[in-house]
Amino acid sequence: MPAQPTNHKVRDVNIRMLRGGSGPPLLFLHGANGLPVWLPVFEQLSKHFDVMIPEHPGYGTSDNPPWMRNIGDLAMYYLDFLDGLGGEKVHVVGQSLGGWAAAEAAVRNCSRIATLSLLAPAGIRVKGIPSGDNFIWDLEEGLRNLYHDQSFPDRMLAQPLSDDDAEIALTNRYATTKFGWDPRWFNPALERWLHRISVPTLVMWGENDKLFPVAYAKRWGERIPGAQVEIVPQCGHVPAVEKAELTAQKIIALAGRR
Amino acid sequence: MQFTFFHLMPYRPLDMAERHKHRAGWVVLPNTLYDPKKGADEYQSYIDQLVYAEKLGFDVIAVNEHHQTAYGLMPAPNLIAATLIARTTKAKIAIIGRALPLVNNPVNIAEEFAMLDNLSRGRIITGFVRGIGNEYHSTGINPFWSHERYQEAHDLIVQAWTRPGPFSFEGEHYNNRYVNLWPRPYQNPHPPIWIPSMGSSETIKWAAAPERKYPFLVTFSGRDLVARYLNMYREQAREYGYEPSGDQLGWASPVYVADTDERAKAEAKAGMESLFNDFLAVPFQMLLPPGYTSLPSMKNTLRLRKQLGAQKRHSIEELMESGTVVVGSPKTVRDELSRLRDATRANNLVTMLQFGVLPDDLTKRNMEMFASEVMPHLR
Repeated sequence: MPAQPTNHKVRDVNIRMLRGGSGPPLLFLHGANGLPVWLPVFEQLSKHFDVMIPEHPGYGTSDNPPWMRNIGDLAMYYLDFLDGLGGEKVHVVGQSLGGWAAAEAAVRNCSRIATLSLLAPAGIRVKGIPSGDNFIWDLEEGLRNLYHDQSFPDRMLAQPLSDDDAEIALTNRYATTKFGWDPRWFNPALERWLHRISVPTLVMWGENDKLFPVAYAKRWGERIPGAQVEIVPQCGHVPAVEKAELTAQKIIALAGRR
Repeated sequence: MQFTFFHLMPYRPLDMAERHKHRAGWVVLPNTLYDPKKGADEYQSYIDQLVYAEKLGFDVIAVNEHHQTAYGLMPAPNLIAATLIARTTKAKIAIIGRALPLVNNPVNIAEEFAMLDNLSRGRIITGFVRGIGNEYHSTGINPFWSHERYQEAHDLIVQAWTRPGPFSFEGEHYNNRYVNLWPRPYQNPHPPIWIPSMGSSETIKWAAAPERKYPFLVTFSGRDLVARYLNMYREQAREYGYEPSGDQLGWASPVYVADTDERAKAEAKAGMESLFNDFLAVPFQMLLPPGYTSLPSMKNTLRLRKQLGAQKRHSIEELMESGTVVVGSPKTVRDELSRLRDATRANNLVTMLQFGVLPDDLTKRNMEMFASEVMPHLR
């Protein structure tokens, strides 16, 4: 059953959040394109978890506090967010930009994190293997380059974009530029602190990712102690959409829920 | 009126068929398409044209800054300005402008302008711009902070020119423990600062403020937009409680003059169409990266034009019709320019008499015709 958007407040910042399911808390941090709809992967996860999908500050209709200036601010915001939830530790999942924020939060403090699932995260740079330039791609190209199976973008592009959705997409693009433009999609300091991630970690990567090449998965796996690296064949940048069932399975297994 | 001869220095020998295999003549256009021997000839021709403009009686000769593009070969316009200082004696030399947010230490810009001002004994006019959106791709600077960086860099440069040093500058983007310019600018308090802009209400409000009163130049716009933005500046100045002088108002336009309208159009066609369609045209993602334009303005733009990025070629007829370019016999050009001058009471006309692939011989004749048949009538 699709979750309804709710409001969530941490300190003085109000954000939009999708929430559904029951079980231990699971926090899903979305990627550069903003708050997704209630996807099949969330339906699967909500059978095992209390799934929370906040819209990052600065995205969509969430507040845009002026102090939110870089990825470190976003990471600190989510540490506040986790503290605010209280109760048991939280399974944290992050897609792309959201994976970057999750990793930045985890190197600072893992005490509120149960497990960490990084789905094609941004955040590091492997020299000699440049990321795709999603800031120069046009809108259709940008969408097509995220997927291996072109039937996904085909369906998305066939849907007309309402004025409200277009404004949200534009707002998201601004926020994403703030975090990801320079240095392009990475923080030079992050890689050298990844050893501080002390919780069970899954790194999942589409073999055919055109934004962050699959070679990045190996580097993440080498830097995070004990990380489990899953390379997904026939899959682009968004395994949670293209291989929803598999993605859900791996996250659930990491959490020891099956 | 004050007349400026402005040059972009385009790379005319560009292979246009190759050019259109790429997204744009910017950022990703392979520089293997640049031939240094031909490029050296281009520099020589263009500098000669700028020097000749002084002889023809232009008040100001002007250059500007662009990066990694065939559109303009001046990533470092101050180098050209230094050459022009040595080869001229009375014309003002305008660098309109330097792209402030693209540098990591704006003190360098303050220093270079101060040097040029000394070398020329006060003949320098500066311009402060943010660069074209493409240049945030080619420099890697984050466009999200474009406006913030511009404001800060502006404050830092003007303070560097006017405050006794050493002093500290404490910003979000720029932090300088010691600002202490040697040399100081020759002009007192500092060289004029012009603000070339495609027009935005925020820029107009800022430039017209009483503590600045910066001359505002509308660039590459049709006559209706030129009039609208210049009148907006005038209204804004009145709101601030003063009447702007004509010297605060100007516009920039490609102009071509020949004996007859027909001949002018035939001779200008290739140059004008290449300027807009081959050199300048870029896709939306390059031209307007997020933050280059404020989010509210961008939302307005989006509402107005759903098909952003759709590129179609502009014909010279369309460009003339909108008044983006002025082409014709001396009478036609005089009438067109004086109508806009009278409608705006702007005193500052920046002409582009070489544009796109327009060759040297036609450029020279255009300059001479403009200087003898148009300029005296509009003064």
